[in-house]
Amino acid sequence: MDLNFTVNGETWALDVAPADVLLDVLREKAAVKSPKIGCERGDCGSCTIIMDGRTVRSCLVLAVEADGHEITTVEGLSFDGLSRLQGLFLSNNSFQCGFCAPGIVLAATELLERKPNPSRHDVQEALAGNLCRCTGYEPIIEAVLAAGAGGDQ
Amino acid sequence: MVISHEFDYRRPSSLEDAIGALAEFPGSAWILAGGTDLVAWLRDDAVAPDLVVDIKDVPGLADIALDDRTLSIGSLVTFTDLIESDLIADHAPLLAEMAETVGSTGIRNRATLVGNICSAVPSCDAGPVLLAYDAAVHLAGPAGERTVDINDWFVGLRQTARSDDEVVTRVTIDVRSHGGIYVKLMRYAGEDLAQAAVAIVVRPDHDFRVAFGAVAPTPFRSARIEDALRGKALDAALVGRVVALVADEISPITDMRASAEYRTRMTEVMLDRGLWAAVGRLSGEGLRYGERVI
Repeated sequence: MDLNFTVNGETWALDVAPADVLLDVLREKAAVKSPKIGCERGDCGSCTIIMDGRTVRSCLVLAVEADGHEITTVEGLSFDGLSRLQGLFLSNNSFQCGFCAPGIVLAATELLERKPNPSRHDVQEALAGNLCRCTGYEPIIEAVLAAGAGGDQ
Repeated sequence: MVISHEFDYRRPSSLEDAIGALAEFPGSAWILAGGTDLVAWLRDDAVAPDLVVDIKDVPGLADIALDDRTLSIGSLVTFTDLIESDLIADHAPLLAEMAETVGSTGIRNRATLVGNICSAVPSCDAGPVLLAYDAAVHLAGPAGERTVDINDWFVGLRQTARSDDEVVTRVTIDVRSHGGIYVKLMRYAGEDLAQAAVAIVVRPDHDFRVAFGAVAPTPFRSARIEDALRGKALDAALVGRVVALVADEISPITDMRASAEYRTRMTEVMLDRGLWAAVGRLSGEGLRYGERVI
């Protein structure tokens, strides 16, 4: 089946099968490797992408469902250098192995777009579906709070 | 792991075409809305459809609308839509309270309220709340439209009153004066399914609806508990009497997420605290929606 969609601003025309999952198609056919293959059942958040402005679990989306839609991954956030949020993740030393990082960067990006000055509770809630096995989450939460409108220093 | 099962995929642009597609593959077509259950089940080989009918291009199914005192929620309305809707906040904040407990943001952005009751797993969050609202489920099929009382909807484990060739178009609830609460027991926020859940809607004159989730093969209402409460003002003795009925009314299992005994004891606590909170909300006092009792 035809799949015409936009990935990080670039249009793609692919031929996919109905049973192809978006996560696999993005990684294998659309040249983005930041969405990670984790639990493959929507629990861990490592396959998170932004589709039409909202985070979704790309492991739970059929590739054909993305036809006509616009997808952003971490690769698409960084065309002009790191985003402010990404810079704060770096300076807070927020990640260790980094496997969860793409999903968390996108989940936090969505949160900050909807709620520019989130509370700690907002951040915890927004990231609750993104599992990190290294950090204990604190340096991640601190970076997102710092990226909020009130946390400029 | 890829989906090993092959199937056809269609994305009809009208309700008629969706119904027609279902009729072409009797019993072997699955409807796709958010896909958070269906794609997981396809991956697990738990379902093996010949056809997947994606209804996301069918017009008119994504609306939340208020007509007099009846609130209508289309079958493409996601849990995120419920959380962000002013109509829901003003007229049925209980639905938003429930929606906030579903999965994670990435799931709620995709998963639909109607899909949740169509999947009809025992722990579905929408089930107890729609039961407590006495919701109506509206379907369209080859023979036209019909409405199913939510009380007749859940007919067995993952089984509903929907016929294979029908599409749920919306659910409706009566939003006249009421208070309510959704109490969900889970291990952690973010992903967990309910270990046990209690939904309560109380109308003026203390007319209660009390429904349970994840403690029986389907979500269900307890007529015994509702009858014991009807028309009475809450006091500690009354609450104690209905809480004592819980163990007989529910039939939880022990699985990797919780033991039957833990589910039973916690359901008692959740009913106790939930009743007080629901009555408080009816009178505009006490906990705000979204504030939790466990």
